[in-house]
Amino acid sequence: MTWTLPLTFLLPLAGTLILAFSGARLGRRGTTWVGVTSVALAALVTALLAHHYLAAPEARTLTLWRWIAVGDFQPTIGLRLDGLSLTLLGVITGVGLLIHWFAAWYMQGEEGVTRFYAYMNLFVASMVLLVLGDNLLLLFLGWEGVGLCSYLLIGHYYRTAANVRAAFKAFLVTRIGDAFLAIGLFLLFRELGTLNIAEILQRAPERWSAGDPLVELAALLLLGGALGKSAQLPLHTWLADAMAGPTPVSALIHAATMVTAGVYLVARLHGVFLLAPAVLWLTGVIGALTLLAAGFAALAQTDIKRVLAYSTMSQIGYMFLALGVAGFEAAIFHLMTHAFFKALLFLSAGAVIVGCHHEQDIRRLGGLWRRLPLAYVGFLVGGAALAALPLVTAGFYSKDAILWQALAAGHGALLLAGLLGSLLTSLYLLRLIVGIFHGEAGSEGARRAEAGQGLAHGLPLVVLALLSTFLGAWLEPPLGSVLPAPHEGSEGWHLALELLAGGVALLGIALGAWLFLNRRAWLADVAARGLGARLWRLWHHAWGFDAAYERLLVRPYRGLVSGLRHDAIDALGLLPARLAWWLHVALSRTQGGKLRLYAVSMVVGATLILLVMAVAA
Amino acid sequence: MNGVPMAHGLVLAAVLFTLGLAGLMFRRNMIFMLLSLEIMLNAAGLAFIVAGMAWDQAEGQAMFLLVITLAAAEASVGLALLNQLYRRFKTLDIDTASGMRG
Repeated sequence: MTWTLPLTFLLPLAGTLILAFSGARLGRRGTTWVGVTSVALAALVTALLAHHYLAAPEARTLTLWRWIAVGDFQPTIGLRLDGLSLTLLGVITGVGLLIHWFAAWYMQGEEGVTRFYAYMNLFVASMVLLVLGDNLLLLFLGWEGVGLCSYLLIGHYYRTAANVRAAFKAFLVTRIGDAFLAIGLFLLFRELGTLNIAEILQRAPERWSAGDPLVELAALLLLGGALGKSAQLPLHTWLADAMAGPTPVSALIHAATMVTAGVYLVARLHGVFLLAPAVLWLTGVIGALTLLAAGFAALAQTDIKRVLAYSTMSQIGYMFLALGVAGFEAAIFHLMTHAFFKALLFLSAGAVIVGCHHEQDIRRLGGLWRRLPLAYVGFLVGGAALAALPLVTAGFYSKDAILWQALAAGHGALLLAGLLGSLLTSLYLLRLIVGIFHGEAGSEGARRAEAGQGLAHGLPLVVLALLSTFLGAWLEPPLGSVLPAPHEGSEGWHLALELLAGGVALLGIALGAWLFLNRRAWLADVAARGLGARLWRLWHHAWGFDAAYERLLVRPYRGLVSGLRHDAIDALGLLPARLAWWLHVALSRTQGGKLRLYAVSMVVGATLILLVMAVAA
Repeated sequence: MNGVPMAHGLVLAAVLFTLGLAGLMFRRNMIFMLLSLEIMLNAAGLAFIVAGMAWDQAEGQAMFLLVITLAAAEASVGLALLNQLYRRFKTLDIDTASGMRG
C-alpha cells in the first residue's frame, strides 16, 4: 500500500494543474467538482493508508528518486509515513476536504472560483509534501509552497489595496522565519552531513551533548522558522491581517495547513530540541506569552474573523507551550482537535458572513440564533471545544493533556499562564457568540439574514461539530513510536488538575455569560472611559506590535531604500560621463554660428600662439 | 637702395592689416567685411613688396601677384556668397546667417 503514498499530494497537485490549464472553460460546477474531488480522493487514499498503518504500525519510507547529487549532498524525493505524518495527513486531507466542500457553497456568486480552487488544491498538496517529506529539503519545499499559497489566497480579492498589502505582509513576515529555517538547515547539514530527518535524529545525540552551543543555535534557528509560520510572538503580526482572504481560506490556513507547520517542525525534530534545553524553555515561554497576548487581543476585536484569528494564535501558543515542556504528543493531539473545532468555527463564521450579506462586524450583528440555527450550533459546539468545556468536548481532553504535561514537567508558571489563557478563551468566545447570536440585530444585513441551504453547507458543519465533541478525542493519534513518551506523574495530581482546569473553563463561561448577557451596558461604559478605554485601544491594536514594527523596521527600511535609490557610489561612477557631457555642452556653445566670433577667436588664438612662440624664443 | 626705409613700410603694412582685422571683427555689414579682407590681403602684399625691395629680391613682387590673384578669387566667391545671403535674408547683417550653430 506504500506505493499510494505519493497520490496524497499528486492528486491535489493534479487538481491544481487541471484547473490552472482549463482556465474558465470548466465552468463553475466543473471547477468546484475538480477542486473538491481531488482533495476527496486524497482523503480516501489517506484513509486507506491509515487503515493499513494501524493494522501494522511501523514507519514506512518510499524513496521516489534522488533529487540532487552534489558530492555528499544527495537529498531524495523520499516520503515517510509514520504516526506523526499520518496524523497530520489525516488532518490536512480530512479537514481540508470538508473546507473545500464547504467552499463550494461559500464561493457561489464569488468571482475567481477557478483561481481559488487551484490555489486551495496547491495549498493542500504543499502541506502534504511538508509533512510527508523524509528529509528537511523536501520539507522546506512544502514549507515554501504553503507560504506561496497563503500569499496567493489571502490576496484573493486583489482589487482592494488593503488585501494585497495583507497578502504581502503575510509573505514577508513568514519569509523572515523562513530565512531562519534555511540557515538552520545549512547549520544542520554542515554539522551532521545530512538533511534526512531520521539520520539527523540519530546523529544529533552522537554529535552533541545536551546544551552544546551549536545545537542550541541550530534549534533556535529552527524555532525562528516555526515562529514565523505558526504566527507566534514576535512574528505573529501577519495572521490577523490574513483575514482578508475568503473565509474558507482562513479556515484552511488556521485549521488544516500553514500555522500548524511550525508545531509539526518542532515535534518532528524533537531530538534536536531535546538537546537544547534553553531553546525548549524559550519555546514554552513564547507559547505562554503568545497565548496570553493573543487572548487579551481577542477580547477587543470587532471583526468575527479577527477574534478567531487571535484565538488561533492563542491556541497555537498552547501547542508551543506543550512543545516547550517536551509534551510533544499533547501538542500534536491539540493540533488535531484544534483543527476540528477551529475549522468548525471558521466555517460557521463563513455561514454567518454570507448569511448576513458580508457583514462581519460583531457590533452590527446580533439576534441571529433563530435565523441561522446551524451556524449557531456550530459556534456553540466549536466554542465549547475551544473553551474546553469539561468531558463533552474534544478541546477539553487535548488542553488538559497540555496543562498536565506542563505540571508534570514542573513548569508552574507555564501552567498558570495556560489556566489564565483558558479563562480568557471563555470570555472572548462568549463575547463573540453573544455578540453575533443574541441581542438585537444592528444592521440591515443581519435583519435580513438567510440561512444557507444544501449539502455543501450543512454536511461539513455537522461532521466538524461531531468531531469537536468527545468523539474527536477518541481519535487517538498513533504517536507513541515517533515521539518521546509523555511525562508521567501521579494520578491524583492529574485528577486535581482536570478538576481545576474544568472549573476554570466553567468559571470563565459563567463569568462570560453573566458579563455579556446581563452587563453589556456596564461593560461598554467601562470600555469607553479612562483605563478601560486605554486597555481597549491597546488590545484592539493587539498590543501595538504593528505600530512598533512600522516605526522600528518598516520606516527605517523604507528610508534606507529611498536613500539607496540615489546611489552615492553610482554617482561617483557616473562622474566621467557627467564630465564628458559638460564638455560637450561647453564646446557646442562655442559653435554659435556667429562668423565674427569665429574671427575673433581665431585672432585671439593666433595671438596667443605668437606670444607663446615669442616667449619661448 | 634709397627711398622709404623698410621699417616704415612694414609699420604701414601692420597698421593696414590691423585696421582690416578690426574691421573684419567688428563690422556686421558683409560688404564692409569683404572690404576689410581686401585691406588685409593688400597689407600682406605691401609687406611682401617692402621686403622684396629691402632685400632686392624679385620674389616679393611675384608673391604680390599671387596675393592679387587670390584676392580676386576671394572677392568673386565672397561676392557670390554675399549675393546669395542677401537674397535669402534680405539684409547684409552677417549675424543673421547663424544657422550652423552647434
